Amino acid sequence: MFGAVAPPGQGGAGRDEIAVRVDNVSKRFRLYHERNQSLKAAMMRGGRAKYDEFWALKDVSLEVPAGTTFGLIGQNGSGKSTLLNCMARILRPDAGSITVNGKVSALLELGAGFHQELSGRENVYLNGSILGLSRKQIDARFDEIVEFAGLEKFIDSPVKNYSSGMYVRLGFSVAINVDPDVLLVDEVLAVGDENFQRKCSEKFADLRQSGKTIVLVSHGLDAVRTMCERAAWLEHGVLKGVDTPSELIDRYIETTHVDRIATEGGGSRWGSGEIVVTKVELLDGAGVPTLWVHTGQPATLRFHYTANERVSRPVLGFALHSIEGVHATGVNSRETLVPEYIEGSGHVDFAIARMPLVAGSYDVTVALVDESNLHTFDFQNKAMRFDVGRGVPREAEGTFAIEGIWKFE
Amino acid sequence: MTVVAEVAGSRELLGNLIQRELRGKYKRSTLGWAWSMINPLALALMYTLVFSVVFKAKLPETANGLNSYPLFLLVALLPFNFLSNGITGSMGALVANSNLVKKVYFPREVLIIAQVLSWDVSLFIEFGVLSVALLVVGNMVLPWLPLVVVLVAFQTLFVIGVGLAVSALNVYFRDVQHFVAIFLQLWFYASPVIYEYTTQVHDRVLRIVPAGQEVPPQHWWNHEWMLWVYKSNPMVGFSNSYHAFLYNLQFPVWTDLVWPAAASVLMLFIGIRVFRKLEPRLAEEL
Repeated sequence: MFGAVAPPGQGGAGRDEIAVRVDNVSKRFRLYHERNQSLKAAMMRGGRAKYDEFWALKDVSLEVPAGTTFGLIGQNGSGKSTLLNCMARILRPDAGSITVNGKVSALLELGAGFHQELSGRENVYLNGSILGLSRKQIDARFDEIVEFAGLEKFIDSPVKNYSSGMYVRLGFSVAINVDPDVLLVDEVLAVGDENFQRKCSEKFADLRQSGKTIVLVSHGLDAVRTMCERAAWLEHGVLKGVDTPSELIDRYIETTHVDRIATEGGGSRWGSGEIVVTKVELLDGAGVPTLWVHTGQPATLRFHYTANERVSRPVLGFALHSIEGVHATGVNSRETLVPEYIEGSGHVDFAIARMPLVAGSYDVTVALVDESNLHTFDFQNKAMRFDVGRGVPREAEGTFAIEGIWKFE
Repeated sequence: MTVVAEVAGSRELLGNLIQRELRGKYKRSTLGWAWSMINPLALALMYTLVFSVVFKAKLPETANGLNSYPLFLLVALLPFNFLSNGITGSMGALVANSNLVKKVYFPREVLIIAQVLSWDVSLFIEFGVLSVALLVVGNMVLPWLPLVVVLVAFQTLFVIGVGLAVSALNVYFRDVQHFVAIFLQLWFYASPVIYEYTTQVHDRVLRIVPAGQEVPPQHWWNHEWMLWVYKSNPMVGFSNSYHAFLYNLQFPVWTDLVWPAAASVLMLFIGIRVFRKLEPRLAEEL
């Protein structure tokens, strides 16, 4: 499982050493009922604002081996960013301790501390020293930093004139050139244009090659799967496991996405699954399944369903999108046909007297929801694709051939 | 002390932050650094009008024949403005740099120290100009300047101490800044900046009284205990010493040197303690 990683290079710690040791760390936040930080308010209340305590981390212990890329996964509010902030010493744990061996650099927010009125050059020195570089070290890396950010032409203009992309690129470039032993990264990989992203990936690869430790917080499971050698999974502040990313992510998806149905084909699919659409068919005028009808011809959309349990008052809806992505139409059965309940298997037909769509290809997106539209039983994006050939009217533009009769008087 | 070690370890950051403060301060104003001098001059003009012209307050002539209210005023007004600016600036430093505090780790004290030291730079420039003016009117201040530097150094420790305490408190209670603004006004009048404080036994009266009138000696503020309360304000000693060194060209009474110096060290210690106590949750509270 560690096969992808080169042996630690110069500056990196040995393989069996621990880069970050998290010992029984707990972190409590205060959720204030009213955010009124005034003495008057405090006196009226007879103390500081009332607050609820909220444990963002509960007794978390883990070890990040030196030289590994370590991922932290979990849903929003699971405490993974809090843990990263504790490692960066920005937040102080209420209990337990965190030991980091070596120099830490945190990529939490890029360009934090840039001064708007100062030039890019001055800000590189300022930001570099905030991140712990000496003037000499920045001198040595200055050209590299500027080149990496691709800002050679603009380095002497004030950063307030920078575009947001330039701003963030410069911030990233300074931070990544700090040359830390432990790099803490919070969801900042998606920065800048494609070219810059490619450079960032290369830089990360370099850092991993040279045996640096990287701790990565990400919602993107793919990023963790491909980049990390080990990962930890946090849920509501509790450590659920430390493992190789592939195993951990599988477990994570299994348990956290209980109401997700595995994706089939091209489109995404979700829903609770009490009742599912098993198949979408297009029938021609004779009732024969087909994938090809002509404008103006009769057709039927048939939705096969299977109810795993008795479901009351379901609503079926579908949308048609052209393959260019134009939302052609969306209809549902709420106003016309809501059965008291559905059990077992069957099908629902939507009969079209004359196909109004003009020639082209269309995707059917189908949704089974409850009557309130708050609960989704099954949602299938692009469940089926069919084609419409030229028909009557032959010369029609847009998406729909509007029905009507020309009359000359 | 770990604080000292950490701050010493961030010397370069300190230097860069001071530069940032100085460069940013007058960056987009046409007069730029001239404002650093225009502000105290305008104040000196105002106070001179009010006290010398309207109230006709008179200063006794110094031993070397100097009698200039504006110069007397500026000698203590510049360091008081340093105190006032330093404390106000420190108070805003954490809030203004909240994005930094929340995203990067570094010893947070550095923000306050940089703020105060940047005002030190202003003070030295202002003192430079003032010294030239004093030399022009015949006050040979040059031998006294090293002592002034020492005095400023102690006052800097004092301001950093106050700054550390109020900056951290201000994060928790944002109206500390309004309270401090009022307190600074009071502090200004409680320190002998616009008036002269004399220590002669027969004349324990603050010389703010219009010429020709005297405050009756039994007045409550002439009591011994009141004098102690008054003199416990370190800025009394500081102001008296600045007046003595630069205006009167003589040594102040020793208490005017010893108490401010001791109070500075004490205040710095208190400031560090308060800051350390409140520091762990700064990033959350900001």
